[in-house]
Amino acid sequence: MLLLIATIVTWFLNVSLGSVSIPFDEILGMIFSDGNSKESWRYIIMDYRIPKAFTSVLAGSGLAVSGMLMQTMFRNPLAGPYVLGLSSGASLGVALVLMGASLFGGIAATAVFSSWGLVIASSVGSLLVLLAVMLASIRLKDTMAILIIGLMFASLSSAVVSVLAYFSPAAQLQQYVFWSYGSVGDLSWNELGVLAFFWFLGTGIAIYSIKNLNSLLLGEQYARSLGMNIGKNRALLIISTSFLAGSITAFAGPIAFVGLAVPHLIRQVIPVNDHKILLPAVILGGAILMLLCDILAQLPGTDLTLPINAITSLVGAPVVIWLLVRKRKFLF
Amino acid sequence: MQKNVEQNIVLQTKDLQTGYRKKDRETVISSGIDVSVQERELVAVIGVNGVGKSTFLRTLSGIQPELGGKVLINGHDRKEISSEKLAALISLVLTEQPISKNLGVAELVALGRQPYTNWIGNLSAEDRGQVKKALQLVNIGDIQHKKCYELSDGQLQKVLIARALAQDTPIMILDEPTSHLDMYHKAQVLKLLKQLTDQTGKAILFATHEINLALELCDKIILMKPDGVIQGSPEELIQKRAFESIFPEDLIFFDPATRSFRIKS
Repeated sequence: MLLLIATIVTWFLNVSLGSVSIPFDEILGMIFSDGNSKESWRYIIMDYRIPKAFTSVLAGSGLAVSGMLMQTMFRNPLAGPYVLGLSSGASLGVALVLMGASLFGGIAATAVFSSWGLVIASSVGSLLVLLAVMLASIRLKDTMAILIIGLMFASLSSAVVSVLAYFSPAAQLQQYVFWSYGSVGDLSWNELGVLAFFWFLGTGIAIYSIKNLNSLLLGEQYARSLGMNIGKNRALLIISTSFLAGSITAFAGPIAFVGLAVPHLIRQVIPVNDHKILLPAVILGGAILMLLCDILAQLPGTDLTLPINAITSLVGAPVVIWLLVRKRKFLF
Repeated sequence: MQKNVEQNIVLQTKDLQTGYRKKDRETVISSGIDVSVQERELVAVIGVNGVGKSTFLRTLSGIQPELGGKVLINGHDRKEISSEKLAALISLVLTEQPISKNLGVAELVALGRQPYTNWIGNLSAEDRGQVKKALQLVNIGDIQHKKCYELSDGQLQKVLIARALAQDTPIMILDEPTSHLDMYHKAQVLKLLKQLTDQTGKAILFATHEINLALELCDKIILMKPDGVIQGSPEELIQKRAFESIFPEDLIFFDPATRSFRIKS
């Protein structure tokens, strides 16, 4: 499909553009054979740009999938990991690990600093927020109320983060602040492996749930009457969403709007509701958007790199506004 | 002969008690419900607002657990039927559900085939056949390429009925399928239900406020009152003067001659 080709093209584009300009044929040579290029170029490509491109692919697609799952699960077109406070919950988890370790003494500080600890803390953070929002959504059937609850949890967790930050030593605070700008670079191949593990887990569950996601398009009562086990399915979707949002936020920082905007953009390009088609399309769409945002963030040809979170917001927020204004009804 | 009639009973309740259970507090809404529905029967559930029609239907279909008594489907206790098997026995048409209006008509009807499709939901030739048949039975072939947000309330109601038909179940339960519709479309939907019982042999049970139409079209009426639930054919219930006490008597009265409610002058 066209989206797949577009993904591959943007991936190569992403790898070839950066602060140091490296000729494209040299890159191809490095990837597909043992071409004898300059050692520094080789290092930039193999240990920086290629992991970064893979991270972009995983982060973009994972966030987009979790956004799609949440939109179907909450029956709310404005749901997404960032909007409903999942990213904030994950941030709180990360903040507790990065800054809390010094406050509460070095309880297993060495263990939690490993990438697994960061991912687990961040996944648990997003899981807790998601569970809270879910409980609220069962109590209040109102879609607006759910969004407001998500916002409230976002403010709550950022308040806790501020308190932590206030009492933290400068070095750790800086570490957290840089993390919160978001970055898809800086991942080693090992960390990339951890991220990929959670990505496959989350996406695997989503693929397993495709049929039930389609039933959910009719609402929970109909889904139940079609033989779906609501409780089990809800638990699976919650786990999948928090793994995806949590692990991505842990490694790449809180990235805004990709989860919310991609499912809607995809529906503009291919008008489908069937998750059998929607899911792979959203995966590819998320990857493309993230790769493009990362190219922009690198400002090719200059030495500057912008925070990726700023770029996705700059791209994503107008998209959401445009969708809201243009469409008579914001459907999902 | 007697035995034969009993074999045709698809849905039966025995001393059923409906209501809500919250932690350890029970709110009973109706109790002692003993009704039975046979195949090919069109049954209206009638009662004033808040008497527990929806709760009764939700309990029948298993969305809500019963507080006491039993629901028997083809003679089997509903509690012992798995949700997958139940999906092939009872189909629902509900009102005011958060249905994704982005769905196409044919797409929505095809979702009725979910209990029969494989793990990823691919439609087999038989599934497609059933969808086509459902669209034909409800006579909405002409709008099958439209999206749900383009439909009128009456059309959407028919689409939802077609979806339930595609589910291919011996029992269909509808909760107020005629609300929000004008007089013509109310009659059209109920007439359609009557035709469907004849054409497909299904037992169709629906809650409604259209007493006049129900008296004309239904084989049986389940009348829910705060003091108890009775069932019978329209004639039996009229003879028993059952309708005269369902509403407060200051505004309207039941006129047995015209089989309808009239305003007191």
